[in-house]
Amino acid sequence: MTPLLETRGIDKSFGPVKVLHKVEFSAYAGEVTALVGDNGAGKSTLVKCVGGIHPIDAGAIYFDGRQVQVNSPRDAGDLGIEIVYQDLALCDNLDIVQNMFLGRERRNGLLLDEAGMEELAERTLSSLSVRTVKSIRQQVSSLSGGQRQTVAIAKAVLWNSKVVILDEPTAALGVAQTAQVLELVRRLADTGLAVVLISHNMNDVFAVSDRIAALYLGRTAAQVRTADVTHAQVVELITSGRSGDLGLKNGVTP
Amino acid sequence: MNQVKELPGEAVAAAKQSPSLGNSLRGYVERLRGGDMGALPAVLGLIVLCSAFAAARPAFVTSINFANLFTQGAAVTLIAMGLVFVLLLGEIDLSAGFASGVCAAVLAVALSEMGLPWYVAVAGAILTGVVIGVVLGTLVAKVGIPSFVVTLAAFLAFQGLVLVLVDEGTNISIRDPVIVAVANKNLPPWLGWAMYAGCVAVFAAVQLLRARNRSRRGLAAEPLSLIGARVGTLALIAGLAVYVLNLERSRNPALVSLTGVPIVVPVILALLVLWTLVLRRTAFGRHIYAVGGNTEAARRAGIAVDRIKISAFVICSCMAAVGGVVAASRASSVDPNTGGSSVLLYAVGAAVIGGTSLFGGKGRVLDAVLGGAVVAVIENGMGLMGYGASVKYLVTGSVLLLAAGVDALARKRAAAAGLR
Repeated sequence: MTPLLETRGIDKSFGPVKVLHKVEFSAYAGEVTALVGDNGAGKSTLVKCVGGIHPIDAGAIYFDGRQVQVNSPRDAGDLGIEIVYQDLALCDNLDIVQNMFLGRERRNGLLLDEAGMEELAERTLSSLSVRTVKSIRQQVSSLSGGQRQTVAIAKAVLWNSKVVILDEPTAALGVAQTAQVLELVRRLADTGLAVVLISHNMNDVFAVSDRIAALYLGRTAAQVRTADVTHAQVVELITSGRSGDLGLKNGVTP
Repeated sequence: MNQVKELPGEAVAAAKQSPSLGNSLRGYVERLRGGDMGALPAVLGLIVLCSAFAAARPAFVTSINFANLFTQGAAVTLIAMGLVFVLLLGEIDLSAGFASGVCAAVLAVALSEMGLPWYVAVAGAILTGVVIGVVLGTLVAKVGIPSFVVTLAAFLAFQGLVLVLVDEGTNISIRDPVIVAVANKNLPPWLGWAMYAGCVAVFAAVQLLRARNRSRRGLAAEPLSLIGARVGTLALIAGLAVYVLNLERSRNPALVSLTGVPIVVPVILALLVLWTLVLRRTAFGRHIYAVGGNTEAARRAGIAVDRIKISAFVICSCMAAVGGVVAASRASSVDPNTGGSSVLLYAVGAAVIGGTSLFGGKGRVLDAVLGGAVVAVIENGMGLMGYGASVKYLVTGSVLLLAAGVDALARKRAAAAGLR
């Protein structure tokens, strides 16, 4: 099975600091791939490279088996790669529909096609089985953290995206809302999307992911199936880059 | 895993809220409680002020004074309508008053000194507004100087520019019949009624069509009762206004008859409809709200934030130009004080009193018109009461402070309610 999104040997430096060393990463359609690693391991940088925000120094990005150039967020969007950032980038003073279509409004001639956008937004939300919002004409300022995350994710899904990357979607949420968002993450994968979940929370990772990719000091420590590893092994991969047979063979010094 | 758990403490509506008059009313009360006052303070203020002045000075409720209110408040209202765009971004334009003065001076020079036809002069004035807006907007958006400083500098510079244009303080009188008519002449009574009928009919038709279109697509549509109430209220208030304005208000009707809706009223209405349409129904308007609400989110959504900012300043300065033309028309002349003294603060006051937030992201063009009415009533009523400029300034200043206070407190309240 070819991965939908794959990076091969990506290097990235910021000035004298080398942040990514030959990073290998794959995400498969219909699966949730958890991207884990300690602070500064390079998770966000890798995602930003894939999202076209940072240019890569070496290596290549493959999408559906072919090599692609991602030079801007627009290129990523055209390929069907959507990133939901930690700070959700929603406008509080606009309603759910307006936020979901922000910057890509549907028009009827000069005027906005409000009814059409509302219909499509409603269809997208119900396809994700989102039933927790009173009205999709509600202002985002009146939504809870979990509901906002849901809107941000739905916004990413709206555009026939194929890969959805979620940066710490549950970091700021309570227990009940975390469960709600994780179910949504699972459902995204079940509809055939490749989902990449960046998370610090091992419980979340084991609850929803099919595969785990661990980064350690800018290197790929391991890519494993979630079913094949234990909680403790993943923690070891994150903190020391190796765990028994898994992980980096030669010791890497910080 | 296809069932979302019902979460405690979170409103999970099994069925969609049925749209009815009662529910709309409840929704409105909920918004008020949440700190979103909208235009309510302006409407209440208008009612209180009018009742107070009417009780104190019977002259306030005469038809001649009613007509005066419109022509007195027109220039400030027009400038305030433009300011709404800049305020929506969370910016400010302190130079809008003198920008209107500069544009009025351009108009006067073109008409009286160069003898150009009125439409060329008006085009020149508005073009001047465009240029001013582009310069201010570029300095704010591209160079990154805070709008407060840019427009404060422009406020001073434009005073100088007006002086240059009117030759260090001479008064240029305007005799062009078309320009003078704008703020001094009235529509024939039949035309007033015809426009009234047309406006109400179009308003009702637009509302009904939208509701029908939405219910046909299976979306929540506004109930007929709500649309009926809205159209009825508009028809009643506007009908009353047209009726009063069509009464004879000349002191000596045998000599000269003075009836009809002042020409500035349809001018303001047309611009109100135009800018409301732009803000509410176009992608450009949506982007203005987005930039005012969360600039970073707008940028990530691919909106050209700089271009939006510059356009808002251009619209603001253009509306200042229109306000300048109306002011010049009302005075039939332009002098170094046109657009000066209190015009700008009245305009900012009008927008804020009407419910436009100084923090950006919230406001409507209609707010400027309602707030403009409040400012006009205060100025007019105070004049009738025989108070001098001192009291007028004090009261208007207090009202502006009060409105800004309401705005800030509403925001705090919304934050406390977890809405922001």
